[in-house]
Amino acid sequence: MNQIPDIIRTIPLNYYLYFSTALFIIGVIGVLIRRNAIVIFMCVELMLNAVNLLLTAIASYRADTNGQVFVFFIMAVAAAEVCVGLAIIVMTYRNTRSTDVQLLNNLKW
Amino acid sequence: MTESLFYFLASLTLLCALMVVISRNPVHSVLFLIITFFTISGHYILLNAQFLAAVNIIVYAGAIMVLFLFVIMFLNMNKDSESRVKTSTLSKFAGTIAGGLLFVIMVAAVKDTTIAGYNADTFTSQTGMVETLGAVLFTQYLLPFELASVLFLVAMVGAVMLGKKEAGEQHF
Repeated sequence: MNQIPDIIRTIPLNYYLYFSTALFIIGVIGVLIRRNAIVIFMCVELMLNAVNLLLTAIASYRADTNGQVFVFFIMAVAAAEVCVGLAIIVMTYRNTRSTDVQLLNNLKW
Repeated sequence: MTESLFYFLASLTLLCALMVVISRNPVHSVLFLIITFFTISGHYILLNAQFLAAVNIIVYAGAIMVLFLFVIMFLNMNKDSESRVKTSTLSKFAGTIAGGLLFVIMVAAVKDTTIAGYNADTFTSQTGMVETLGAVLFTQYLLPFELASVLFLVAMVGAVMLGKKEAGEQHF
């Protein structure tokens, strides 16, 4: 009932920190170098998942329920965000016939 | 055994996340992102967070990714949809280098910290179970839980308003 899982005994918590950081950075690079709005959006999801994974890892290691409840709320907010964001992308596609963010530079000047 | 499973899942996650960024076709990006979410669910199971693993598969791989795929097919994007305006290689290099520098800084910051690992005396393996999480969610976090429903209502109304066809608009 109360035995410690293998992964928590064998893998140090630092490894999860490095792993989540790498995943987050991949998301950051994707946002910086891609131009398709949908792919940029997916990279944002990737960053959210990196944070979720780190929160879950720390909550599991410390046997803290609050962290996992937070992850649950982050997932709920991400679902709402995707719903509105994709609607915005569809709307911009109607206006510009493309999902390229480079074409949306009207606020630049 | 568990250790090698962790390394396998971690490398698979990073590889698929990288493929999300570098694949040209958005549909391939979505499919790689789905694999990434499944491997992250595997990590949750390894961490003994069964409830989050199930929710991750249902919400992310089930709902959000279907929405992405639906929009991509709806917009009918093909391989060269990105080639309307050429991205310069310089900006790609700059983005990669900026991200890499951020990674170096983060790793350097993490390296100097000492993080308390698990505490064998107070550890409970029931942390990630539905029973424990539900008890906390419906007592301590009852107000945020109810506010989340308002958030969903707002998101739903917003999506319908944004997606509605306006009068006099050209045919889609």
